[in-house]
Amino acid sequence: MNALLYGTHGLDGGVLLALFMHFGMLSLLAIGGAITTAPDMQRFVVGERGWLTDAQFTSSVALAQAAPGPNLLFVAVVGWNIAGLAGVVATLTGSLLPSTTLALAASRYGDRKRESRAMQAFGAGMAPLTLGLLLATGWVLTAPVRDSPGALLLVPFTVLMLLKTRLSPIWLVAVGAVVGALGGAG
Amino acid sequence: MLEPQLQRPQTARDIARVFNRMALQGFGGVLAVAQRELVERERWLTQSQFLELLSLGQVLPGPNIVNMALIIGDRFFGWRGAAAAAVGLLAAPLLIVLLLATLYREYVDLPAVAGALRGMGAVAAGLVIGTAFKLLGGLRSNPLGRLPSAAVALLTLLAIGFWRWPMVTVVLGLGGASVALAWWRLGR
Repeated sequence: MNALLYGTHGLDGGVLLALFMHFGMLSLLAIGGAITTAPDMQRFVVGERGWLTDAQFTSSVALAQAAPGPNLLFVAVVGWNIAGLAGVVATLTGSLLPSTTLALAASRYGDRKRESRAMQAFGAGMAPLTLGLLLATGWVLTAPVRDSPGALLLVPFTVLMLLKTRLSPIWLVAVGAVVGALGGAG
Repeated sequence: MLEPQLQRPQTARDIARVFNRMALQGFGGVLAVAQRELVERERWLTQSQFLELLSLGQVLPGPNIVNMALIIGDRFFGWRGAAAAAVGLLAAPLLIVLLLATLYREYVDLPAVAGALRGMGAVAAGLVIGTAFKLLGGLRSNPLGRLPSAAVALLTLLAIGFWRWPMVTVVLGLGGASVALAWWRLGR
């Protein structure tokens, strides 16, 4: 029970502060989403501090990807595995506080100036970049399954179903889970 | 352009409820569900407003979907709306993922579990790509013009997905050039 609540390193204030500070710094660098800072988190918690093994870190990320909710929650799993609930608070508030404060300030500023030429240019100029990023993210997400023809077929199938039907994405995920569980994505 | 009739949430609680529903359906990422719920179902945003907020969420540091939720909540109900959006998006999934993390070690070696995770991963990739296709229509009215828009989208895909350039380089370099071109076109 103690290992569950406090993780494998106990409620050490130094560990918690270090987690909070490091994840807080990465929060401000996480352009393109929290997942883009995963390599540096791994360097810190696995390589530099030795709080988790490589396999523990990788499975933390995979688990959060598969679970419902924002992918950001992988930082909570990392915190949980290091220092239990206190670790979750440290990594999650560290990852959220700096970026949310900045996002709200920027949004309010942008809202006041929304008719200005600069803001219009920003919106128009960034829109195609955002779409390109989405396509790239989709491509990168196919990386773990590119060796499996069955799993690769699921990708265009999903795209078609999303565009041509009004099925909720959750049903498509369920199809993927069933096909995979039956060995179709191996 | 003909816009569908937009709705708005009545209370901050509506915001928490919708973002919670969205998060719980969002296996492998919330983006595809967010587009469906916010644009197609609740009609709080048009397709191009969604794209605009997503751009803002992407450019700002931090998790895109959380940034976007905060901004939407804030626009409707100020900081109470922002807090409602964040709690709706994060609270229930946090409990679920921590529960899964504790169960995970027991079942990770079962082939069916590993297979299901792979199948869900493939669908998650398809959902992101499909959402991008849905939003492509929004580029038609972009002041950049169709050809430059398509070129920027394609270059971004190549730079991030294939050449693996750092995000900062792409956002500042290509994004900066694209914004500058839009600025120039808007001034003519």
